[in-house]
Amino acid sequence: MTDMAEITAAPAAAQAAARTDVIARRLARRHAAERRFRAIGIGAVVVSVAFLGTLLFNILSNGFGALLQTRILLDVAFDPAVMDIGERRDADSLAAADYGGLVKAAMAARFPEVASRGEKRELNALLSNGAGDALRRMVQDDPRIIGTTRPIWLIASSDLDMAVKGIMPRQAGAEGLRFSERQLAWIGKLEAEGALARQFNTRLFTAGDSREPELAGLLGAIVGSAFSLGITLLICFPIGVATAVYLEEFAPKNRWTDLIEVNINNLAAVPSVVFGLLGLAIFLNTFGLPRSAPLVGGLVLALISLPTIIIAGRAALKAVPPSIRQAAMGLGASKLQTVTDHVLPLAMPGMLTGTILGMAHALGETAPLLMIGMVAFIVDIPAGPLDPAAVLPVQVYLWSDSPERGFVEKTSAAIIVLLVFLSLMNLAAIWLRKKFERRW
Amino acid sequence: MNQYIPKGTAKVSARGLDVFYGDKQALHHIDLDIAAGEVTALIGPSGCGKSTFLRCINRMNDLVEGARVSGTLTLDGNDIHDRRLDVVQLRARVGMVFQKPNPFPKSIYENVAYGPRIHGLARDRAELDEIVMNSLEKAGLLAEVESRLSESGTSLSGGQQQRLCIARAIAVNPEVILMDEPCSALDPIATAKVEELIDELRDNYTIVIVTHSMQQAARVSQRTAFFHLGKLIEVGGTEEIFTNPCEPLTQGYITGRFG
Amino acid sequence: MSEHTVKSYDDELSHLSGMIARMGGMAEAQLGSALQSLARRDDDLAHKVIDSDARIDELDHEVDSFAVRLLALRQPMAGDLRHIVAALNISGEIERIGDYAANVAKRVLVLNQLPPTSRAAGVIRLGELVQALLKDILDAYVDRDLDKAIGVWGRDEDVDSRYNAVFRDLLAQMTGDPGTITASTHLLFIAKNMERIGDHATNIAETLHFQILGTQPKGERPKGISPGAQE
Repeated sequence: MTDMAEITAAPAAAQAAARTDVIARRLARRHAAERRFRAIGIGAVVVSVAFLGTLLFNILSNGFGALLQTRILLDVAFDPAVMDIGERRDADSLAAADYGGLVKAAMAARFPEVASRGEKRELNALLSNGAGDALRRMVQDDPRIIGTTRPIWLIASSDLDMAVKGIMPRQAGAEGLRFSERQLAWIGKLEAEGALARQFNTRLFTAGDSREPELAGLLGAIVGSAFSLGITLLICFPIGVATAVYLEEFAPKNRWTDLIEVNINNLAAVPSVVFGLLGLAIFLNTFGLPRSAPLVGGLVLALISLPTIIIAGRAALKAVPPSIRQAAMGLGASKLQTVTDHVLPLAMPGMLTGTILGMAHALGETAPLLMIGMVAFIVDIPAGPLDPAAVLPVQVYLWSDSPERGFVEKTSAAIIVLLVFLSLMNLAAIWLRKKFERRW
Repeated sequence: MNQYIPKGTAKVSARGLDVFYGDKQALHHIDLDIAAGEVTALIGPSGCGKSTFLRCINRMNDLVEGARVSGTLTLDGNDIHDRRLDVVQLRARVGMVFQKPNPFPKSIYENVAYGPRIHGLARDRAELDEIVMNSLEKAGLLAEVESRLSESGTSLSGGQQQRLCIARAIAVNPEVILMDEPCSALDPIATAKVEELIDELRDNYTIVIVTHSMQQAARVSQRTAFFHLGKLIEVGGTEEIFTNPCEPLTQGYITGRFG
Repeated sequence: MSEHTVKSYDDELSHLSGMIARMGGMAEAQLGSALQSLARRDDDLAHKVIDSDARIDELDHEVDSFAVRLLALRQPMAGDLRHIVAALNISGEIERIGDYAANVAKRVLVLNQLPPTSRAAGVIRLGELVQALLKDILDAYVDRDLDKAIGVWGRDEDVDSRYNAVFRDLLAQMTGDPGTITASTHLLFIAKNMERIGDHATNIAETLHFQILGTQPKGERPKGISPGAQE
């Protein structure tokens, strides 16, 4: 018995050793493969982070400049004679008063030695055409300042702004110089006296679009986007949730619901331009809704985000464990009670997240909005969803297409604002998910 | 096959019950009476149809796509599959406890209060409180959770969760309680507590329990029915089934000779 | 019955049956030797029987602990449960049979000190009848032979009537010749032991019936008129 055991034990031990060897060799190969895969993965991440970093750096470095604006400090004398209003102080008169004259007078007072018409024109070219707008607002706010003299920072021209920011040359004789020698001397003088400074660009967030880069602001586009997204949300969320709930919880599983499901998935993949064309054909041509209106934009964006929201909603509903439904059903809850009391509250965080991501997607959509005419140049801030308006991505598109040098940094600034909004929406999605995430 | 006919009237009674899932027949001509005030255990290998039978009693099979039922299944003599019988009403009379504890992700109080609320069993808050407390008491859980009724039901241990589910079921005051492997996810101590609870509930409720544990069936039930391949092979007193079953299949199953 | 899904369970159950069969075989041999020592007035053989009894007791304890182990670890049901419970029961019965055989051997040692008596032959015939009964029931156990077991169960009556005959015979002897009272009393006890062994064989038959069918044999247990009742 013992002999037998020893005889069989010896080869068994050798076999075991050989097996260990084979495994060890394979193990080395396996580890090497794993290391390779990891290296490739890290490489891919590095490359994509590098791209993203470059993009962000480019946009941020360009765009931060636009947050500041060059202004010139002038003592403005609010002389009713110059304003050409005499003793009238009513709103119409104040609105129609000659504020450009005030600016010119202040400039002339600042540089009394300038006399000739040509020189004066050159001098006034240092200031923006819209420099007087600030004065109008001041007077409309408080007409009592008429007759007084106030030191006021007035918006410089885009050329001067570019030169001060170092984007355009300001040395005499440099290529592409937009200033005469006289202008350069005045600029130097203003700078030396501390009357030329870069200040925070409030117009960027308070004004509508403009042909002048130094006057252009994003408020119109932001409000337009807000109206559009509001409309989209109002339409998308109820329809999306209702559709998802019906398809997931109530609809029988048959060929028709399969067909609907396939179509919804396909719709999510349709290029957004097609939705734009659809909007053009239906909302504008058939229903005769106004062009460039956030209402139409919102409707088109709703069409685009609806499939996404439905798909996200169904996924959220699917993630609710069936045991919860069974528990409610087992107690005698009706189908609707089961859904509204238990399933929907559990799926809601997921649905909200899907909706916000869908909305963020809609916020960034440009092409379909071009199709419905939201690409027009609109100065006024829209007051309602039927007023013509631009939206943020379209504003980016419009500015990037403008020839003026000053719009380059404006474009980047608009992109930054757009990205900030997108990030805020994504953060909201994450916050919602964290807040309502429940364990079951 | 020896057909057990209960001494009293049958609470639930199946006659020639067939159940199909699509083309597949899950139950073949089941004749089975379940007596009131007793614990009836359904045993059998996986896929033998015991859970299907259980789920017929409160029509949870309705939720399964393509499920068809023929034959009769009655509760107190009324056909369970009668069109005039609302399934909501049926489920208020026939409660169910599932394999995995599945409390709602709500407070302990809300878990128990949900059933009475949807069926309008309480006229006011005080009455609802009373039902909740009573149910928790009956489920032997009150002492453990009295101080934290507003905490989430999912914060309890597995065994407590299952007893919460039982409390939730009895809050509706059903006549029959169906239990689908209620202890399969529990440790022995928690299992013992649930079994003790089943024993106490027997006086007031008719209990049907599906279990894979023969020992559990032996411990908690008075009647045992053995299913195999969708057929009812044998039904009889639990003592008899576990000491001296009539059918060789039953003997083979409970002694571990096939499966 | 087909095999268990868990093979080792089958092995354990047959091991248990094997132990019972071995015990039975030993008890049978003990009984045979005891009768032989009575017939041949053989002191050595009687001593051997007395010494060997310890081995049966030992096996009985082994069966007990093995059966308890099976009950605890396998949690047997139905037929398996009856098998194990029956084994526990039967091992106890066999152990008692062994004790009676040893008791017979002890009395043989005393009888051997006394002058031989012709009455021993009747007791030996009773013993041989019981021996056959024991052999049959043990065979029935090994073969799970229900008919044979029922046969043994029915034959207990024969043992009882034969015992009554021996009893009357010895009583007559003692009243006729008071000098043989000591020997006759020992022979009477030996006969009583044989009758008891017959009862135990019947018990084993009943247990076997329960093991196989799950019920006790039907009808009144065959019981001869007890000699005590006759007095």
